[in-house]
Amino acid sequence: MLAYGLKRLLHVIPVAIGVSIVCFMLIHIAPGDPLAAILPSDASAELQAEMRSFYGLDKPLPVQYALWAWRALHGDLGVSIASGRPVLGEILSASINSIILAVAATMIGFTFGAVLGFLAGVFRGTWIDRIASAISMIGVSVPHYWLGMVLVIVFSVRLGWLPAMGGGPGGSDGKAVGWDYLRYLILPAITMSVIPMGIIARTIRSLVADILAQDFTQALAAKGLLTGQIMRHVIRNAAPTAISVMGLQLGYLLGGSILIETVFSWPGTGFLLNGAIFSRDLPVLQGTILVLAMFFVLVNLVVDVLQSAIDPRIQRS
Amino acid sequence: MTDPAPMIDIRNLSVTFNRGRKPVKAVNGVSLSVRPGEVVALLGESGSGKSVTMRSLLRLHPAGTTIEGTMTVAGRDVTGLSKRELGDLRGPIVSMVFQEPRLALDPVYTLGRQIEETIMRHEKVSRAEASARALALFRKVRIPSPERRLKNYPHEMSGGMLQRSMIAMALACNPKVLLADEPTTALDATVQIQILLLIRDLQREYGLSVIFVTHDIGVAAEVADRIAVMYAGRIVEEGTVSEIIHAPKHPYTQGLLGARVELAHGRDRLITIPGAPPDLTNMPSGCAFSPRCPVASEPCHTRVPELVSQGEAGRVACIQYA
Ligand SMILES: Nc1ncnc2c1ncn2[C@@H]1O[C@H](COP(=O)(O)OP(=O)(O)O)[C@@H](O)[C@H]1O
Ligand SMILES: [Mg+2]
Repeated sequence: MLAYGLKRLLHVIPVAIGVSIVCFMLIHIAPGDPLAAILPSDASAELQAEMRSFYGLDKPLPVQYALWAWRALHGDLGVSIASGRPVLGEILSASINSIILAVAATMIGFTFGAVLGFLAGVFRGTWIDRIASAISMIGVSVPHYWLGMVLVIVFSVRLGWLPAMGGGPGGSDGKAVGWDYLRYLILPAITMSVIPMGIIARTIRSLVADILAQDFTQALAAKGLLTGQIMRHVIRNAAPTAISVMGLQLGYLLGGSILIETVFSWPGTGFLLNGAIFSRDLPVLQGTILVLAMFFVLVNLVVDVLQSAIDPRIQRS
Repeated sequence: MTDPAPMIDIRNLSVTFNRGRKPVKAVNGVSLSVRPGEVVALLGESGSGKSVTMRSLLRLHPAGTTIEGTMTVAGRDVTGLSKRELGDLRGPIVSMVFQEPRLALDPVYTLGRQIEETIMRHEKVSRAEASARALALFRKVRIPSPERRLKNYPHEMSGGMLQRSMIAMALACNPKVLLADEPTTALDATVQIQILLLIRDLQREYGLSVIFVTHDIGVAAEVADRIAVMYAGRIVEEGTVSEIIHAPKHPYTQGLLGARVELAHGRDRLITIPGAPPDLTNMPSGCAFSPRCPVASEPCHTRVPELVSQGEAGRVACIQYA
């Protein structure tokens, strides 16, 4: 398990380097001079040259990349143009909020998706299957912003039970726990959970149906096991795939929540990214994308290693 | 046949699957009985309904399957058992060895776990005791380094070793009846023989009643006391091994034996009777073998022949002997 983890970690290194190169190139591919965002348009040529060398933009690209990557490795992602604060700090506090939201959404999505998918798979072809499949179908196809707004209208505007936007009382960065903060999490988390719920339900449905069609489940019945005991085997067989799908969904959610975070003004990385795009805050944009991409690579790695720990066939073959 | 207390007594079993568009009549009136300690081979081509007959004895069919007739095993009426009673029948009274051990074992549980689980389902024993019994069973089926093997997952073992493990698992709760569904078909020739010998030894030691399903008449002759020949969901001939081998009566049995002789040097198990078995969703009205039968006459195509007694203990279902 440890050896396998290390081996996978080695595979990750080239991927991480590739990802960082792409992030770095963003600034150079994006139209316009990167300095244009920082300097007033009437800046003197002298000042321009000075800034150019301050940011290292006068050096050849590979050198620039190396310097940038070196600084990034040491946690220096530059300074936000909009707020003047270090990018890393902004990303960290936004990441925590995004992680909270993504984890909550994945937990909700996995719980409901697993139950729906399991029932649909066990009772395949019956009305239970049809209802469960319809729910998961709606889950993957309903637009986020629409669902988000409907939830806001019902639970915030009409019923007044839950706040419509923000990350907590007084715009807090969500590091405290308790109902005062949880209230803000509920609506965005539910909105975000429907897609993973649908995907997990469909995955588990077909997994369970496949497993039940295999000889060994009949063999388990042939040795007298009761339905509950057989289902334990089914769950154990479905778990590796189900968990990896859940992990991937979590990974997607960590990176892909611009829409929901914007609808609910949830102060996460998506919200940060959205703000950075509109204020042309290149350091924040670049840093956020880099961190998100690295995070995704990491999630894949963790999922892989966990899966091999659960399923004895993977690492040995 | 007239034994007062057969261990297995199947009367007029018919099984129809209703899942697809057309109902499939996989078994059409099978009667078979097995005495305590007797080995009966159920012989027939692939698709003749052997496995379906075996699964019927454990009521393993999917929901919506029609089972008609009566089945008695060790004095219990299998057709009338509740779910709970069935669970108690499977394992301690009747157990089954499947054709493909690799598919019939759970891939994510160790073999030891799978055997312990079987024992603990049926008997109130501790994990440690179940584990000791599993070890003894692995020794019994002659698996080398059994302590280590018990910790293996199915994908870490060879087919022959897996089939030994399946047999160990089948014997875990000291059953009276063993249903062996082509237990050697998926194995290499040399391993086949070892498994056959193992089953025969264990059968004698435990006094098991065995139904041994095979499509190889040589294997049937090797293990069985009696042979029942099955074709398209019916038993067409039944008798002692020597009756069937030396004086086969039904044209189908004769065909099977002829095919075997022809292919003796090739060691090919393909059966070469011209034609193909009938479509089970659309059975011919008369004898199911009549379209392929070299000696079929006019009435064969309209009348289903009864299985009638012939000689000592043999029975045959063919119009020539009616
Ligand atoms: N669950 C099922 N549903 C529908 N048809 C089945 C099912 N199980 C078996 N059959 C059909 O019944 C026939 C007999 O199958 P089987 O008993 O497995 O043959 P064999 O003699 O090779 O063991 C085959 O045509 C098979 O397709
Ligand atoms: Mg079969």
